[in-house]
Amino acid sequence: MKVLGYRLPGMSSLLLWGLLWEIVGRLDVTFFIPPLSEVFQTLFSIIGTPAFVKAISETAYAFVVGVTSAIVIGVPVGILMGKSRLLDELLLPWVNIFLSAPLTALVPVLMVLFGFGMKSIIIITTLFAVWIIILNSRAGVMQINRSLVEMAHCFGASPMDAFTKIYFWAALPEILGGVRIGVIRGVKGVIIGQLLISIVGFGALFELYSANFLMGHFWAVLIVLFALAFTISEFLAYLERRVGYYASKR
Amino acid sequence: MRDDEHDVEYAVSVRDVSKNYGDVEALKDLSLDFPRGQLTSILGPSGCGKTTLLKIIAGLLSPTSGEVEVNGKTVTGPGPDRAFVFQDFALLPWASVIRNVAFGLELRGVAKSERESIAQKYIKNVGLSGFENSFPHELSGGMRQRVGLARALSVDAQVLLMDEPFSAVDEQTRRKFQEDLLSLVQQESKTFIFVTHSIEEAVFVSDQIAILLPRPSRVSEIIKPTGIRNKGTDNIRRDPEYLDIVDRIWASLRSYVE
Amino acid sequence: MRNRPLFLKLLSAVIVFGAWEIAGRIPVSYAFPTFLESMSALATLTLEGTIFTAYAETLKPLVVGIIISAVLGIGIGLWTGLSAKFDWLFSPIFVVMQAAPLAALIPLLIMVYGIGLTSKVLVVCIMAMPVIVLNTSGAVRNTPDTLKEMGRAFLGTERDLLLKIVIPAASPIIFAGLRLGVSAGFIGAILSELKITPTGVGDIITYSRSIADYPSMYAAIFSIIVLAVLFLNLLERVERHLFKGNIRGYVSD
Repeated sequence: MKVLGYRLPGMSSLLLWGLLWEIVGRLDVTFFIPPLSEVFQTLFSIIGTPAFVKAISETAYAFVVGVTSAIVIGVPVGILMGKSRLLDELLLPWVNIFLSAPLTALVPVLMVLFGFGMKSIIIITTLFAVWIIILNSRAGVMQINRSLVEMAHCFGASPMDAFTKIYFWAALPEILGGVRIGVIRGVKGVIIGQLLISIVGFGALFELYSANFLMGHFWAVLIVLFALAFTISEFLAYLERRVGYYASKR
Repeated sequence: MRDDEHDVEYAVSVRDVSKNYGDVEALKDLSLDFPRGQLTSILGPSGCGKTTLLKIIAGLLSPTSGEVEVNGKTVTGPGPDRAFVFQDFALLPWASVIRNVAFGLELRGVAKSERESIAQKYIKNVGLSGFENSFPHELSGGMRQRVGLARALSVDAQVLLMDEPFSAVDEQTRRKFQEDLLSLVQQESKTFIFVTHSIEEAVFVSDQIAILLPRPSRVSEIIKPTGIRNKGTDNIRRDPEYLDIVDRIWASLRSYVE
Repeated sequence: MRNRPLFLKLLSAVIVFGAWEIAGRIPVSYAFPTFLESMSALATLTLEGTIFTAYAETLKPLVVGIIISAVLGIGIGLWTGLSAKFDWLFSPIFVVMQAAPLAALIPLLIMVYGIGLTSKVLVVCIMAMPVIVLNTSGAVRNTPDTLKEMGRAFLGTERDLLLKIVIPAASPIIFAGLRLGVSAGFIGAILSELKITPTGVGDIITYSRSIADYPSMYAAIFSIIVLAVLFLNLLERVERHLFKGNIRGYVSD
């Protein structure tokens, strides 16, 4: 939007919403919405505390391990599915099922199988992230232009060369797109896992705050979480655009 | 009474039209007249503002300065006296052929039974009988453009604006279209304004060719291939005059092609 | 082979369920019943009728939440898609919501609205709404320019353009957004039953876990996943049927 000839930056309206929040908070409309300035003060006061550092490092650990395994499993499986028709037909129905299935329902199973701890949370994160990565890698390989493949054959590329020099790069925009969505899903997975297994990370922190009605603390943690999630997703979108420039011109 | 004569002669007049996009001058002081009942081509290299000019005549874009008159009335927006044929057909993918053809009438508030009988007539005219209830995705590119043409004909506007209408169809279909267009110009007493980048196409179908040169666009030349008009569609392409005109236009355009 | 796809689907089902059965028989864990045990527990739950009363309870917040999200979401989406001002004002909120782990809001919702139906409906709404809003506004914004130009060239009014061109052109993506919203709504509904109060299917899961009746627990989970997948598949088929020839990619996941 333009005001007086200046283009307002895309996200600038959030400042307006923050202001509204501050006003509502100051007016004391409800106990549940403390002024934004107070939330930020709380944020700076808790950001270095051991409880917060523990929560965020536990979450980061579960998230990184979970998402990394999703990528390590998802990309090769997707590429193989794109190359082998038999494998594709065997696996695709399951990938589609788990892509849309409410995976939250599996959390109780993971809890009884793997215990109330980190292991379950990591597995949930992987489960949330992996399916879309598989599906996009597969789609990336399948849409590779026939004439690129034929070109590789004509110029005598070995299978390995064809793979590392052509297929991977031709499919890269889709793969990265899948990784980006997978990562966003992973963030959601790691939080859902912690909420249900509420003795680890932010799950434990939320329990503590809601038991003591510490609204400022609660919002502070939410802001940190949302800001982190948004930054990660924007960063990946940026990476995707860097590669995506040729996606539309293949 | 010179003005009256003038009005009879020209259906559309473009006067000193300029169009700027920011600092870029797309059109500069362009004037051009379009004789009634004839087909005028606007021909030029890509980026010369042909489509911009056509959209200004259609009323879809407004000029930065200057004005366009259709039948003596200044254009302020789209009007019932003009109909547009789009390069990419602009068909509604969710609507059947008959609804697409009748869509112009639908927007004018014509009752359903009436507009469908009119649409039916033009579907037959363009040779799509039997496809009334098909959907655009079931048709070939050529057939889709026939739908677009039938839609433009069915609103019965005096001026037909065609924006590179045949550029998205294959060469053979294109030739057929060009021949059909010639007989259409003879049958209907309409004024056709036809944007194209194909020299052969322009010479083949036009009563008058306006050559636009780019940066900023102006009319560099107006050619009237009158000598070949009455020789019959089968003979035009091997007529020496046809070949000469094609060569002459190419000679003046070649230095503008990258 | 003519029936190859069907045969391979069956084969892959047999492989997966067979692996489940074998793993259950070893057993890999005391809490891992076999496939057949779970299915017979599911049969028992179905014959007793327990599962039907449970679903009546579970689907309540889901249906209410989806209806609210659909109406509000499509409304806001159309609004932001059509007006640059509202786009500037509202879109960032939904963009952040789409990327953020909104489940973290649940403890807060419980504090504010208690543990009743309201909280559960709100959980479904916050999960389902962002994708509906973003798909709708994106689809409206991406209406092909030539279609709009065509509408204007043939003298359509602004209202005609909206009702006869913009909304029909956007509807495949709006519908896809609704489907993704339903998918997210399922996650929300189950999450709220597991986190807020165990009712419906969540109750079967929690209760059978507490008495170590693992086959029933697996059966309930199996059934909710099957139900969600079947329903979403149905929506996808409806979508494909409705918008044949009009299919474009989804705006976002």
